[in-house]
Amino acid sequence: MNERIRRLRQQSLDARPVLSPERALLITEFYRSGQAEQVAVPVARARAFQYLLEHKTIYIGEGELIVGERGPAPKATPSYPEICVHSLQDLEILNTREKISFAVDEATRRATEETLLPFWQGRAIRDRIFAALDEDWKAAYDAGIFTEFMEQRAPGHTVLDDKIYHLGMRDFQALIQAQINRLDFYNDPDALDQRDQLNAMHIAAGALIAFAERHAVEAERQAQAENDPTRRDELLEIARICRRVPASAPQTFREALQYYWFVHLGVITELNTWDSFNPGRLDQHLLPFYEKELQAGTLNKETARELLQAFWIKFNNQPAPPKVGVTAQESNTYTDFCLINLGGVKADGSDAVNELTYLLLDVIEEMRLLQPSSMVQISRKNPDRFVRRALKIIRSGFGQPSMFNSDAIIPEMLRQGKSIIDARNGGASGCVETGAFGKEAYILTGYFNLVKVLEITLHNGVDPRSGKTIGINSGDPEEWESFDDLFASFTRQLQHFIDIKIKGNRIIERLYARYLPAPFLSLLIDDCIARGKDYNDGGARYNSSYIQGVGLGTITDTLAALKQHVFERRTVSIAELKSILANDFAGAEDFQATLLHRTPKYGNDDDHADDLLRRVFEAYFAAIDGRPNTKGGHYRINLLPTTCHVYFGSVIGATADGRRAGEPLSEGISPVQGADRNGPTAVIKSAAKIDHLRTGGTLLNQKFTPRFLADDEGIQQLTHLVRSYFKMDGHHIQFNVVSAETLREAQKHPEKYGDLIVRVAGYSDYFVDLGGALQEEIIRRTEQEYC
Amino acid sequence: MNITGIIFDLKRFAVHDGPGIRTTVFFKGCPLNCWWCHNPESRKLKPERIAAGSHRHCANLAIPDDPAMVGKTVSADEIIAEIEKDLAFYDESGGGVTFSGGEPLLQPDFLTDLLRRCREREIHSAVDTSGHAPWAHFEQIYPYTDLFLFDLKLIDDRLHRRYTNVGNRLIHDNLRRLHELGAAIFIRIPLIPGISDTEENLAGIRTFLDGLPNIRQVNLLPYNPIGESKYQRFHKKNRLGRLSTQPPSRLEAIRDHFSTLPCAVKIGG
Repeated sequence: MNERIRRLRQQSLDARPVLSPERALLITEFYRSGQAEQVAVPVARARAFQYLLEHKTIYIGEGELIVGERGPAPKATPSYPEICVHSLQDLEILNTREKISFAVDEATRRATEETLLPFWQGRAIRDRIFAALDEDWKAAYDAGIFTEFMEQRAPGHTVLDDKIYHLGMRDFQALIQAQINRLDFYNDPDALDQRDQLNAMHIAAGALIAFAERHAVEAERQAQAENDPTRRDELLEIARICRRVPASAPQTFREALQYYWFVHLGVITELNTWDSFNPGRLDQHLLPFYEKELQAGTLNKETARELLQAFWIKFNNQPAPPKVGVTAQESNTYTDFCLINLGGVKADGSDAVNELTYLLLDVIEEMRLLQPSSMVQISRKNPDRFVRRALKIIRSGFGQPSMFNSDAIIPEMLRQGKSIIDARNGGASGCVETGAFGKEAYILTGYFNLVKVLEITLHNGVDPRSGKTIGINSGDPEEWESFDDLFASFTRQLQHFIDIKIKGNRIIERLYARYLPAPFLSLLIDDCIARGKDYNDGGARYNSSYIQGVGLGTITDTLAALKQHVFERRTVSIAELKSILANDFAGAEDFQATLLHRTPKYGNDDDHADDLLRRVFEAYFAAIDGRPNTKGGHYRINLLPTTCHVYFGSVIGATADGRRAGEPLSEGISPVQGADRNGPTAVIKSAAKIDHLRTGGTLLNQKFTPRFLADDEGIQQLTHLVRSYFKMDGHHIQFNVVSAETLREAQKHPEKYGDLIVRVAGYSDYFVDLGGALQEEIIRRTEQEYC
Repeated sequence: MNITGIIFDLKRFAVHDGPGIRTTVFFKGCPLNCWWCHNPESRKLKPERIAAGSHRHCANLAIPDDPAMVGKTVSADEIIAEIEKDLAFYDESGGGVTFSGGEPLLQPDFLTDLLRRCREREIHSAVDTSGHAPWAHFEQIYPYTDLFLFDLKLIDDRLHRRYTNVGNRLIHDNLRRLHELGAAIFIRIPLIPGISDTEENLAGIRTFLDGLPNIRQVNLLPYNPIGESKYQRFHKKNRLGRLSTQPPSRLEAIRDHFSTLPCAVKIGG
């Protein structure tokens, strides 16, 4: 990396996240002005967006090539009071908590107290959500049965396709106007609503052009004051580009990047969308510009590399907006889950790996930043060289790029009813979530605690932690005669809590549709313009809602233990077992050792355990898949935890797999930490026993010692391992290449290991930024070596 | 008939025991007593109780067992069932199964039966042998064995006897005869510092190999001190003392000894 990039990168690494009140104050100013009340809600939202972009601070940093920040400066992170207005106590927590803190200054505190709280309390969507949800929902939420994604952040969970590389914002406006002209006010009862939505999108497109123009003006201002002629020319070039894009379609590689970046800022300024928007298949989108310019001689590989690196740094400047409470526990990281996709297949199904794919992999390796996250889509059509190149980066030990199976992702989407072309142009985003890029709202609605449901089943509807009855009467465990009786009770209890979650989701979906349309995001996602409908109201071509199952390994092992010890060998009665668990194995250490070491465990290719995995999977799938959401789409399942397996574990007592009370659950579809003892092929075989193609994403992490991957032989064997898993329809696998010894050292001397990055779940993070329980959990994962 | 045999371990994802991803079955019992043996618990041809610590068994075969026992009588059916679990990985990587030990030829009928069943299933099979077994046993397994991993330790018969407890005449004869039959053979040379990695020994092995032009590959196995901890754990005497692995430059120099051989010479398994 050159001197400029080195400096910008270091600046990004050194910048401390601070909470910036600017956006919150601007949006309050707008809504207090009374303008919003004069117009329909979507139009008001568009005007608010316009107001933000017209008034926010414009930042162009020294030496920057790609410009634009969400906040007034890198890592100055806005809040979104229309969604969640922080209390003074929240601010105190954000400012002082040990991990994932945001500096809060006195001015922000005062603004919150004097301006934000008085205006937004009761109006923020979070307040509306909690006022609208019923008692069953709240009891389950408080018990830790599930989490709720939309109480502090807006639905996002989508990724862009290639449309901005062909259409400028003025072209979008023309499309929107044409759609308005087509509205049939005489026969279509929805035409008036559609007009409001379309007008809102039109305003939002214009707002982005104005935002870019402000950057052009600022660049010219800086150019005038600039003494260095080289930088002056650069600033004038920035001004030229900001006037070209996003108003018009980009013509150069650099314009394409700058255009995307403005669009990105637009989406994450409009709302604090989950799983931050990203450009998706970047190696596909940029290739035409790259090839054209290489041929014309207006770009070379090194300038392209520098631009991509500058682009990368912009992502790292945007931490995930601050989260508090349960939302902070389920997703406790600065990472905002932009997941750039490389490789895979083209729309015609052929190998999509190209020269730019390898250049982007170089950039990922050299930049070694938390954000953006990156992944490789691996199809059987892609060359092994591509897989090996990715593994060589993973070997350097920062959990990127993660590895996905295109040949699973595509059939997953086909099963959900997507067209083959939309499926091939899609990929995975967030952690591991499958989606049709540019055409789908695939919303994660919350994590679901499978193990807690089993615990409640064992107590016939009562949460042993609180003594409250929150489930249904699913049968007295002491009357169960067989394992099948237990499983039937579990299935009923599962159904009950899924019903509660889905009812709550419906309430929340309608609140967002009514109060928080997203006109800017909508104009980017097909078919919101054609339908005249908002992204948050079913405007997208495909609308999927997910409930993410957590603790698959733990529940499988727990069921295996119950089956073997209570129902088959009858070495312990259910009442005795419950009492042992209630005492957290005190005085029953030998039995705990039997549970831990001499009971079938998931992850060992042992059908005694893995058959139960299949049963849990089928029960979870049956409870959710295919149920309608309020946006014309359907519920689907996926299996990933972010950091929620730690929170979910904290609300559950000891479990029959030998796990002690409060300890984390297993992560993703990975085995319980340390329970997999037959090597990685056994783990893969076990994990492939569920039908990945009926999910929208699963997450398998494996830990390898650096020694294993030290030579190219190790890389080659790992390539075979990945290919084998993907032949079995595995969705995703990722490797932590770090030794437990190193992690222990990092715990002891965090000051020396500030740059140690590890794979957590569907993302990577700085090890020292992780909570203690999570650090321990990662250390306990089985370390695969070789024989 | 479901024949049985005694093994002390079964490891999946073995990547240093022949080509590709393999499952390695460790037969119990060995006629040699090498000073550097990594598996001192493998020598006796019967299950034995080990006093200290737990021995990490692989495979579900071992789960309900007493962790203090090393070695288990298992049926060929059980072994084949375990081997078949990783078929997908063998197919993808060009791997298969390796019968190692101990000395697998010490249980020739069990080994033959397993090899025959692998052949029926088109699973690539390798036999990792010290070479110290009656020729009749080699003759018996030869038709069903895809690859021999054949150890050459010390070329000097006297030294061989000293460090392994047996002479090397039989071993050399067996190797020559296998070679004559046209068997696929990888030669494996354990590099024990000061014992087998001496100039003299390496030159002797080199000369010996010159007479065997159809050897497919030579693997130079750098010293791995992993065995040392086992001696402590199993309360066995470590006659070798503490040695450390050869530095890369030394390994390259050793490789140069063999560079004119008409086959690949690899450092590591």
